[in-house]
Amino acid sequence: MRKDYNLEKRKFVIGGFIVVIVAIYLCKLFDLQILDDKYSEIAVNNARSTKITHPSRGQIYDRNGKLVVYNEPAYDLVVVPRDVQEFDTLGMCKILRLDRKDFETLWKNMSDPEKNKNYSATTPQPLVQNLDSTTYGHLQETLHRFPGFDIAQRIIRRYNYVSAANVLGNIREVNAEDIERDSDNYYLPGDYTGDMGVEKSYEKYLRGVKGKEIFVRDARGRIVRDEQGKIKYYNDGKDNVDPIAGKDLQLSLDIELQQYCEGLMRGAAQRGQIMHGKRGAIVAIEPKTGEVLALVTSPNYDPAMLVGKDRGKNYAKLVDDGTKPLYDRAIMAAYPPGSTFKPTQGLIFMQEGITNINTSYPCYRGYINKGLKIGCHGHGSPIALQPALATSCNGYFCWGLYYMLKNHKYENLDSAFTVWKNYMVQMGYGYKLNIDLPGESRGFIPNAKFYNDNIGEGKWGANTILSIAIGQGEIMATPLQIANLSATIANRGYYITPHVVKQIRDVGIPKEYTEKHQPSINREYYENVVTGMRMAVTGGTCKNANLPGLEVCGKTGTVQNPHGQDHSVFMGFAPKDDPKIAICVYVENAGFGAQVAVPLGSRIFERYLLGKSRNENDEIVSEDTVSNEIENGANKWSDKWLQERPSVFDKKEVPAQLNPDNTPKQESEKTAHHPSPSDPINGLPQNREQEQAILTQPIVDIFTRYGIYKG
Amino acid sequence: MASTRDNNDDSNRLLASVDWFTVLLYVVLVVYGAVSIYASTTAANASDVSMFDFDTYSGKQFVWIGLSFIIGFSLLLIDRRLYEAYAYPIYAVMIIILIATAFLSPNIKGSHSWLKFGAVSLQPAEFAKTTTALALAKLFSTYGFQLRGWRTYIVPVGIIFLPVLCIILENETGSALVYFSLIFVLYREGMNGFVLFALLCAISYFVIVLKFAGSLIMGIPLGTFIVLTCVMIVIVLMLLIYCRSLILGRNVALGYIACALIAWGLSAMGVHINGYAFFFTVIPLSLIYLLIGMFRDDLNKVLMTVIFAAVSIIYMFSVTLAFNHVLKPYQQNRINIALGIEEDIKGKGYNVNQSKIAIGSGGLTGKGFLEGTQTKLNYVPEQHTDFIFCTIGEEQGFLGTSAVLLLFLTLILRVIAIGERQHTTFGRVYAYCVASILIFHLTINIGMVIGVVPVIGIPLPFFSYGGSSLWGFTLLLFILLRIDAVRSEYGTW
Repeated sequence: MRKDYNLEKRKFVIGGFIVVIVAIYLCKLFDLQILDDKYSEIAVNNARSTKITHPSRGQIYDRNGKLVVYNEPAYDLVVVPRDVQEFDTLGMCKILRLDRKDFETLWKNMSDPEKNKNYSATTPQPLVQNLDSTTYGHLQETLHRFPGFDIAQRIIRRYNYVSAANVLGNIREVNAEDIERDSDNYYLPGDYTGDMGVEKSYEKYLRGVKGKEIFVRDARGRIVRDEQGKIKYYNDGKDNVDPIAGKDLQLSLDIELQQYCEGLMRGAAQRGQIMHGKRGAIVAIEPKTGEVLALVTSPNYDPAMLVGKDRGKNYAKLVDDGTKPLYDRAIMAAYPPGSTFKPTQGLIFMQEGITNINTSYPCYRGYINKGLKIGCHGHGSPIALQPALATSCNGYFCWGLYYMLKNHKYENLDSAFTVWKNYMVQMGYGYKLNIDLPGESRGFIPNAKFYNDNIGEGKWGANTILSIAIGQGEIMATPLQIANLSATIANRGYYITPHVVKQIRDVGIPKEYTEKHQPSINREYYENVVTGMRMAVTGGTCKNANLPGLEVCGKTGTVQNPHGQDHSVFMGFAPKDDPKIAICVYVENAGFGAQVAVPLGSRIFERYLLGKSRNENDEIVSEDTVSNEIENGANKWSDKWLQERPSVFDKKEVPAQLNPDNTPKQESEKTAHHPSPSDPINGLPQNREQEQAILTQPIVDIFTRYGIYKG
Repeated sequence: MASTRDNNDDSNRLLASVDWFTVLLYVVLVVYGAVSIYASTTAANASDVSMFDFDTYSGKQFVWIGLSFIIGFSLLLIDRRLYEAYAYPIYAVMIIILIATAFLSPNIKGSHSWLKFGAVSLQPAEFAKTTTALALAKLFSTYGFQLRGWRTYIVPVGIIFLPVLCIILENETGSALVYFSLIFVLYREGMNGFVLFALLCAISYFVIVLKFAGSLIMGIPLGTFIVLTCVMIVIVLMLLIYCRSLILGRNVALGYIACALIAWGLSAMGVHINGYAFFFTVIPLSLIYLLIGMFRDDLNKVLMTVIFAAVSIIYMFSVTLAFNHVLKPYQQNRINIALGIEEDIKGKGYNVNQSKIAIGSGGLTGKGFLEGTQTKLNYVPEQHTDFIFCTIGEEQGFLGTSAVLLLFLTLILRVIAIGERQHTTFGRVYAYCVASILIFHLTINIGMVIGVVPVIGIPLPFFSYGGSSLWGFTLLLFILLRIDAVRSEYGTW
């Protein structure tokens, strides 16, 4: 055969061709396998299916170790829309015992981003909540037939006491805003978070740390199981992380005292109900520690109302209720403190050298000076501090403030007033105390700028604003702030920020709740005030608080309410020399302090210190030993100021806490103003209009609720 | 002298002259294949199923392999002259079987290519490659047959296309395409290399035009721009190399460069120049110049150059036209995905994407035997058949994939070498048929798995699961070995 060498060379072309192809493929493979990392990641993500395991939420105990809030598991059917394949809808309906139509409605609601704000095709979306145990059992067995479906366990909070809803708070599903705001990236749609109360403020401790289980997922989205049907973990479970249970809380509350106090306000507890009754608040503090023993608001409700599937319905009910049971009057309501304010004035006057223990001022049925008369009731005159406290004399404190503001030791009126204001701030007024509960109000303490802006520079003087000396006028304080004053006096000059959590298990207590705050007022002046308050109990306005064998100190308050019956207030502590409890009782529209608040206060002392409890329905003895404290307590100007602001008062904004779930909250904290070192003097916030709207809202609520407000 | 030898002696000599290196490559490939099949079909939840369990694909593949060895050995024992003598009858019988299959076989995923024999099914198309190769070899070894003039192409092209038609009839387009690779054989046996070059240009232009159709340059699609530039370069290269006309080539090249510089300068000065205007001024001018200038030179070859350039341009535009108006959407899809224009991870591109993920996640050394997650969790469909290369990529990494590629490269080059050492045209043509078929399968299958070639469902020789495919390639290879084994009878060159 003839060999064609010319053609034989073509073997190089053909061989070269495949060599080039192989070379190109090797390059491509080198790129795919070695240079490009993304495929490894994708392969890992393909094969891994991560399931978040939720830790159990911390339980809540009272100060005596009684279990108050605990967990019960609940099961939801969830679905990852992306992973769902054609499935036996009828079978699913049968297991769920639903009509096909209902199921489709549920499905539609789940996948409608309008209705399900957290919708995402790649994360588990709740489809049916709170499965009953039979359905749960059936589903467990058949779940493998429904790729994309899963059962999510979550916890339901259970409450041992129909009590303390305002302190405990509750939990709810996170909304889009929560997730957006969450700097720890902890929350995923469907998670729960604390709402109100300690559930909210201690959320980070209560919720614990999530764990994860990583399964192997095959191409059809199924979780791979071994031959025995046991779930296989990715990487043999080495990448799994166990959840860490949330920390238990021990409240400083004495749950039984709390219940007792609640009972005093509104009768017996009722499961699943809003409990009406008196309106107002009780705060009890252990002075030495700042631990809150009871924090009562009334009306209130069963905390269990906000659990489970009736939550939405009940929430609406609570929001719609005219008495605002969700509104924690103990810390959110800013009331005029009335005569409970007087001790603060006595302290300031003595510290500033305006008065001493023996300084007496005239009071013939009131303070009468340059055409201004602030009325008072009959008592001896002139009068010194201690009897003035005992009889709740208006004249003494008005004269005191008058002489202070006129005193030449200060540069001018403004600086005199600033000195006064700074003492008030030191005593815990005008700013939030920063109790460990959300939504606290800061009350209101005016400063010179406030009067300059509202009345005009040079247009106001001591007489214009004098009613602030007796806790009327512009002054606003929360029952917590009043109770804190009581604790400060009991401690003879210091307080520890009131807090409702005694300790977080394994963590302890935040440092801010162990630090003493000491107003710059000498201890001896406090002793003087204590004596005055003791005198009030032994022979003054709060005789009803006198308990045999217990040295109770107290101060009544009857807050003049231009629009209705007076508010009845009592502030006190006991025993005098080793105070164990300091309280504030504030009852709206109940008349004289001595009539309602004092007897309630005395029962609380009795109960807590002596372990005795009188029946709530016992006749409240009201010996008419006390006459009207004030005839004309309010500043003329204040009335005008209050009335000239319809725009503020007419706003019937729902307080921040009252918004229903899943709607953006109007965060009162956003506008909060904390005292800062750079701004130690100005008691008022920068944004006055906005802040006043919030500050004054509580009174507005009270006034407008009864249609009394005539503005 | 041959007649005095006894049979035993004969066999010994035969065995001694078999190309054992190729046999070794074959054994390595098929065993590697079966092990890969085991790896690719072991589910993630299965524990310790034996590789040789008959219920598994790998177990069955080992049976096929065992039978293949018997077939291979038997083939070696058949007198090589029989293959040559019966090439045509065998070819004819196979054509009949193919046609019969098209009408008799059941519909399996749309194709009618399987014949059932009791428990086993066979795909005659896999064996038709061998018969066609034999027929082609027989044709070329016919005394006096030479590829000279277009008429001489009719019979060989006919021999190639007859099975193609039958297989298309069976709706197995992928298998039918294999026969186009036999163009390498025609080339080796004298076909003008220009055809191969034109084919290469056609494929490259096709890919470039479609792949770079998205972005614009000088007002025209980038793909068109590149192709037109290539056309210009090809004109110059053809003038220089093919026509051996240095003057024409130099002049045209300088002209192009001058025009390009002017255009670049103008556009730098802010004058907008349309790409079409530029190319359709410059290229026709150069062609006219060539038509005038060719009379001073080799007329035919310059004319050829001009025609080639013109046809290239027409072809380029018709590709765009055909792609947009003739191809069906799913065909466009496949091409788009293969060219990386479209990412269609959920739909048509799912296989390729998952297969790239599998291979890409293998890294240098792979995840280890039976540790491939993509593989075990069935993310890649057809993993034990057409996509078997994924498993190797994922579990053995770059080392595994390059080993396989190099094994195949060695085998193919070995087959070419065997072809070139044949004393007979029959042997050489047959060897080139084997090489071409292997080249095609390797190029298309691996190209498909790594996402550079459209998805065409053809197996990876020796690796992919399936008796027909394995037997088909065994037949192909061992007949070559048998033919090669007699070269000692002729002595060496």
